[in-house]
Amino acid sequence: MSAPAQHRIIFKHIDEPGYTNDIECYLRHGGYEVLRKSVTRKPEELIDEVKKSGLRGRGGAGFPCGVKWGLVDRKSGKPIYLIVNADESEPGTFKDRYIMHQDPHQLIEGTIISCFANNVKQAYIYIRGEMPEGARILERAIAEARSRNFVGPNILGTGYSCEIYVHRGAGAYICGEETGLIESLEGKRANPRIKPPYFPAVLGLYQCPTIVNNVETLCQVKYIADVGGEAYAKIGTPGNTGTRIFCVSGHVQRPGYYEFPAGTITMGQLLNDVCGGPLPGRTFKAVIPGGSSAKVLKFGERYKGKRKVGADMVDYDWGVEDVPMDFDSLAMIGSMGGSGGVIVMDDTVNMVEALANINAFYSHESCGQCTPCREGSLWMKKISSRMVHGDARPQDGALLKSVADQIPGRTICAFGEACSWPTQSFITKFKDEFDSYSEVKKTLPADRRVLV
Amino acid sequence: MIQPAKPDLVTVNIDGKEIAVPKGTNVIEAARLVNVDVPHYCYHPKLAVVGNCRMCLIEMGMPAVDPATKAPVIDPATGKQKINWIPRPQIGCGTTVSPGLHVKTTSPMVKDAREGVMEFLLINHPLDCPICDQAGECKLQEQATGYGRGYSRFIEQKNVKPKRTQLGPRVTLDDERCVLCSRCIRFSRDVAKEDVLGFVDRGSYSTLTCHPDKKLDHNYSLNTVDICPVGALTSTDFRFKMRVWFLKQTNSICTESSVGVNSVVWSREGVIYRITPRRNDEVNDTWMPDSGRVLYKQVQSADRLTSDIVLDNIASKAANLLNELSGAIAVVGSGRSSVEEQFLTRKLAAALAAPVSLVSRTAQGDKLLISADRNPNVRGALVTGLVSALPSAQLTSLAADIDAGKVKAIVSIGEDLTAAGLTAAQLAKVSVVYFGTHANATSAAAKVVVPTVTVFEKSGTFINQQFRIQKFIQAVPALAGAHNDLAALAKVITAVSGATVPAELGTLWPLIAAEVPALATMLYKNIPETGLLLDATPWAGLPFVEAQTLHFKPATV
Repeated sequence: MSAPAQHRIIFKHIDEPGYTNDIECYLRHGGYEVLRKSVTRKPEELIDEVKKSGLRGRGGAGFPCGVKWGLVDRKSGKPIYLIVNADESEPGTFKDRYIMHQDPHQLIEGTIISCFANNVKQAYIYIRGEMPEGARILERAIAEARSRNFVGPNILGTGYSCEIYVHRGAGAYICGEETGLIESLEGKRANPRIKPPYFPAVLGLYQCPTIVNNVETLCQVKYIADVGGEAYAKIGTPGNTGTRIFCVSGHVQRPGYYEFPAGTITMGQLLNDVCGGPLPGRTFKAVIPGGSSAKVLKFGERYKGKRKVGADMVDYDWGVEDVPMDFDSLAMIGSMGGSGGVIVMDDTVNMVEALANINAFYSHESCGQCTPCREGSLWMKKISSRMVHGDARPQDGALLKSVADQIPGRTICAFGEACSWPTQSFITKFKDEFDSYSEVKKTLPADRRVLV
Repeated sequence: MIQPAKPDLVTVNIDGKEIAVPKGTNVIEAARLVNVDVPHYCYHPKLAVVGNCRMCLIEMGMPAVDPATKAPVIDPATGKQKINWIPRPQIGCGTTVSPGLHVKTTSPMVKDAREGVMEFLLINHPLDCPICDQAGECKLQEQATGYGRGYSRFIEQKNVKPKRTQLGPRVTLDDERCVLCSRCIRFSRDVAKEDVLGFVDRGSYSTLTCHPDKKLDHNYSLNTVDICPVGALTSTDFRFKMRVWFLKQTNSICTESSVGVNSVVWSREGVIYRITPRRNDEVNDTWMPDSGRVLYKQVQSADRLTSDIVLDNIASKAANLLNELSGAIAVVGSGRSSVEEQFLTRKLAAALAAPVSLVSRTAQGDKLLISADRNPNVRGALVTGLVSALPSAQLTSLAADIDAGKVKAIVSIGEDLTAAGLTAAQLAKVSVVYFGTHANATSAAAKVVVPTVTVFEKSGTFINQQFRIQKFIQAVPALAGAHNDLAALAKVITAVSGATVPAELGTLWPLIAAEVPALATMLYKNIPETGLLLDATPWAGLPFVEAQTLHFKPATV
């Protein structure tokens, strides 16, 4: 079965020759027409459209956007804030950056529509510190949109006013966690907050109800406001509606971004048909399906169980290639769709070294607030770095796994899971490589590339 | 008396024990009520909850109800309502009770979580207990015995961080021992209102430090040492002076101001080594100013008054002098004397038919635990009837009486009369009997000096600004050659009048209870550790100087 055709909604104009990121170009392509249409509707209607669409957040967790908006405390009398989470930092993920660099007005239009739907008067785009260019582009785009009365006071003469501000992070992965982001936006260290009681929908930015949505999610909202929730829900598969953007990196012939209706393409189709398969003379070894914190999948392993198709439960028996690329199927086989960052590793990769790299990242990015993640992530990094650069012991794999097992479920935020899942899955699935690494190391060429 | 409103109670089940606790209580406090200890580092009852140490993880569940009918789901095996246990552990500090909440603190999941956190906390810890000043009162040490592995699986290099950093004049920091609980940061920011501490760097390299160009030098800095659960923050004054397990703890009251901060005096073999706050939720919570902690140094100071003469001889010398000048005597009492001493001062004044004045001592309050009235017990003088009006700082009318020749002898209870406005010339005109602890101009000019003892060398009570009577207990033996104030006063009363009065708290209190209406219902031994609030209405109209402090609002006059 060959792969279905790409269905570009969000990435419609990305890398399109002649398409520029200024407002004239956007307007020529029908820009801000959806906003004009939306502000004539009742805000509740727009929320209903999003609920009907079944849109799931594109930041990584896949939380239903309509439910998130439904949780917002609208009775407190406090202002409601909307924050655009543009702190795209998950290794392997590069979709939001393309949107902001090449089609920033799509994000601004989606943001203003979402603000209008939720009666938000002030929105912030929290952009990753390492993306200064994106911040400049957004600043300019907001100024352009303001000059055309799409942003600012009395938008399009409706009496509705909304400001958007760009806030640059200072280069910390943890600011992608929504409560850490809020702390950072408030000018503090990005230590995630405890939930309860600090659910952003109730006690978010400045202790006011706050919606935090990913860049791509808000662009999807713009599309939903255009075509309607029911039409949107027909794209993709039930429970996994709309399109998903896959950022494929690593050992494939054609790495890059690809947008498909969610759940309509399998991992095998994506990697072999769309991305051109493994590099010449190589074979696929492992793939991380949803950003580096997702659990790794090993080529050759089988996933069996029962799944719901319509009203029936049917048996499934999948290899990695057979897994549909949607939130639920990937969760079912013990990994996650996450942010859509697909990292492919072929048979030249040593899994101990790959894990050492991932562990170095997470130990560097742990905020340090709560004990298991703070100490565990660095301990894991010290072990895996020692294995690669110093003495590897046969028992190190088991030790790594045991350390990793002490972290998830015991931390303030999901970073605990993010930093421990790679170790847990790498060692569970490639145990022999870890156990034998001390021997394998002796055979490695001395001039091999050294890890960070 | 007005009954406090009964708080809404919520019934919870902790390790199988049912208990009703006030709404809003968290699981750690609820568990404490059934004598279940939930170990923790970052949680402190008087600070904001941050939930970062993850030591207090517990297993929790709620009674199951049918989602459609809301009817309880009964477990057929037990015949009781089924409990839906949450599959991942929750923090006890951040979990407030709700009706029917079930908590397990000893389940395998909880044990596993605690052991994991404990191991993590120790991997980068220097494990230098033998040379650590916190040893003996270290939570890390305590909980390592309960949840520690007993050996280390950590063979990597430990993190290196700054040692012996002087955060301020009184606090020393060892960052390698810090568990990053952030109690000190929250205390400085939220209680002391001096936001000077913070973390720099990330992850396990996070390091506690002062903000740039700031010092931890506010007058509450030593509280960070008290609340530091490990040996990271230590008192520069106390460190390496004495192992805490050698020290005896005695409850006391700080005499710094009329707040009456509850304190503990730590001593060994008659020597005091430090003073720390004692929790009293109605007075000082768990805090104490730094300035009150050094007051013990007056016990050993070089200018202490002592005498080789036995007390009986001193008393008869004083009596001879006073009886000669009968009819021209004035008594200067003290707002620093205990209630009992003030009661006997009143007896002495009555025996001498002498008028009594008091010296006030005021300064700016700090709105927290130092009030404007720097006498600890002015209200005691009012309650015992020693005086009926608030004192002033200067003894102007006494000075006028001396100049007019009406006063020829003064009994001063620890008050330096020159500091209170008498000139050297006026002092030279009168015969002074001075009861006091330390040498000053008045003791030098006095005809008779009765060396007495400091608050640490005696027991008694003070009445603080709230009209709360609080007791302090003798921590160390009296200095040789100094006499307990009560004994000294009683001897002089007897020598002057021939009447005997009790000189010990046990025998004196029945007399106080009989004669002082406000204290009629109590005895020294019955006063609870956190004090007893008196009815202040008889003195409601007086213009007290105190402004608002923690747990105190001045009555609107």
